[in-house]
Amino acid sequence: MEIDLSAQNVTKVFKDFTAVSNVSFEVENGRFFSILGPSGCGKTTLLRMIAGLTEPSEGRIEIRGKNMIGISPNKRPVNLIFQHLALFPMMNVGENIAFGLQRRGENREKIKKKIGAILERVDLSGFNNKKVDQLSGGQKQRVAIARCLVLDPTVLLLDEPLGALDLKLREQMKVELKKLQAKVGTTFVYITHDQSEAMVMSDYVAVMNNGKFEQIDTPQNLYNKPQTPFVAQFVGDNNAWAGKIHRTEGPSAEIVTDDGSVFKTKIDRTFEPGTEVNLFLRPEAMLIQPDPSIGELNRFEVVVKSILFDGANSRLLANPVNANTEILVALPQNRQYDYIQTNDKIEIGWDKQSGICFPKNEK
Amino acid sequence: MKNKIKKQFRWALLFFLTPVLLWLVLLIVLPQIDLFIMSFRSENDAGEMIWTVTNYLNFFQEPIYWLTFVRTAIYSILVTFLTFVIALPVAFYITKVVKPKFQGFLTLLLLLPFWVSEMVRVYGWMILLRESGVINHFLLKLGFMTQPIEMLYRDSTMVLGLVYTSILFMVVPLISVLDSLDDSLIEAAYDLGANMWSILFKIIIPHAAPGIVSGSIVVFMLTLGNYLTPNLMGGKNSLWFTEQIYNQFIASFNWNQGSAFGFLLLFLSSLVIWVGLKLSKQSLSKVVQ
Repeated sequence: MEIDLSAQNVTKVFKDFTAVSNVSFEVENGRFFSILGPSGCGKTTLLRMIAGLTEPSEGRIEIRGKNMIGISPNKRPVNLIFQHLALFPMMNVGENIAFGLQRRGENREKIKKKIGAILERVDLSGFNNKKVDQLSGGQKQRVAIARCLVLDPTVLLLDEPLGALDLKLREQMKVELKKLQAKVGTTFVYITHDQSEAMVMSDYVAVMNNGKFEQIDTPQNLYNKPQTPFVAQFVGDNNAWAGKIHRTEGPSAEIVTDDGSVFKTKIDRTFEPGTEVNLFLRPEAMLIQPDPSIGELNRFEVVVKSILFDGANSRLLANPVNANTEILVALPQNRQYDYIQTNDKIEIGWDKQSGICFPKNEK
Repeated sequence: MKNKIKKQFRWALLFFLTPVLLWLVLLIVLPQIDLFIMSFRSENDAGEMIWTVTNYLNFFQEPIYWLTFVRTAIYSILVTFLTFVIALPVAFYITKVVKPKFQGFLTLLLLLPFWVSEMVRVYGWMILLRESGVINHFLLKLGFMTQPIEMLYRDSTMVLGLVYTSILFMVVPLISVLDSLDDSLIEAAYDLGANMWSILFKIIIPHAAPGIVSGSIVVFMLTLGNYLTPNLMGGKNSLWFTEQIYNQFIASFNWNQGSAFGFLLLFLSSLVIWVGLKLSKQSLSKVVQ
């Protein structure tokens, strides 16, 4: 696979703080690559460096093997979709899309044809003469995408373009963007703080925190095999226990948590007994009232504090008996657990394969 | 109850409106009507006042009048254009380049000279530019020339003075329109392949158009109606139409001719502004907002 975009040791230092620190990654041709991180983690700065709007302090950015350092944004084969889209209000839809083509000096007939084709592709045929402020949020989105795609960029950069949309439209646009990317085959680099956007659309996701990449992986691996405690907590919901390793036995360990429970969990590195650790467990890894015949489960009792009903994403908020750690337990909506009431005492069980363990000092 | 409030409201409105109305009617409308009537009256050969259009005919028959008139219009347009060309980068720098905390300070610096009256500022220029002035002194001292040159009383000096006098009235509306220009529009244009000039002509100027037009109207009117600067800095060779009006009123004591000129000037400025609005496709109501 051809590498469309490659960043090597990219660093950006502003006066007194490092926004992006030593980031390296590669994006293959035709991939949907997302950079996921909390706000202020440096992802926008990274994107602006790829677009050329900010120069990196150190490192190299290559597009299709060509070094981009020192090349101004109007000469780079990348285009950026801004957070608030930045459609030109003084122009209509057609003129917006024609803007980049005219700057290249393409002839009028050709431009007209290209605008027609790209508008059809984003399902906005006949919108040429509409004013930008006559468009709905989703239509503006698509015009912004069309305005960039018509230039046939090597890499299309997207800076949280769905952030301003309402929830329903956002869900819809997620699917549309994914479909569009598959259809046009352009490499997308998408930044977001919304993990669901990143997970649904991307082939690969880089999780960014404090200017560094924590992990670059497929969405499935990020969710199931997080490499760092930050990824474990940031991607999806997780319950965390602080505890100590009691003893280890091959790939599994016995952990005594600070609230007094004893759990068996798999480990993917070696721990000395006595090491302080954080244990992470997904809400859906916990079974409510597991059948007693299932062996080898960590079982413990909890008191239900409240039922957080949210359709398919419903949870129980519970405290382990004799402790006030709060844990979230997935509550499947198959009517099997309708009897559960607040303040009920129920048994929870989980398989040791579901636990993920990190040394405590690792942040 | 409702009626009572309405009635009170009407009285209050009238109370606050009266000074404005009095001011408008007594000091502006009535004198204008009087001048308008006067401009159509003149003495006949027998020395009697009669209704006539001679005052207006004089303007077209006497080349010195209408040439001054055309000169004034062309120079005013030139001054307006130069003011815009200088003010745009200044406004852009203040709104987009400088850190926000310095913006207020820089705007204040621009305002500062306007705390001093126009007369004093013009005399300041005269001290700098005249034959025995500061600039000549230094140029002589530094050996760039052997003979002092008279920099005052030229058309170019007059234009310089007029641009200087009116620059603030262009910068302020430009700052306010450029402030409302989203930086990401400029970045988006840059990202889509635009260079500096196409960003200027396709993004910045179209966005700033209402501010440019309102600034231009103010600068144009102020320049056209300026008496002091052309008179002091332009000298005798560069006649301004306001000087013609002044001459009629004060020197010739021909108020009828003077008021005819006054109305011609009013007509000219309205005409130029109307043409300007049509050309820039702006509407007056949008521009004066």
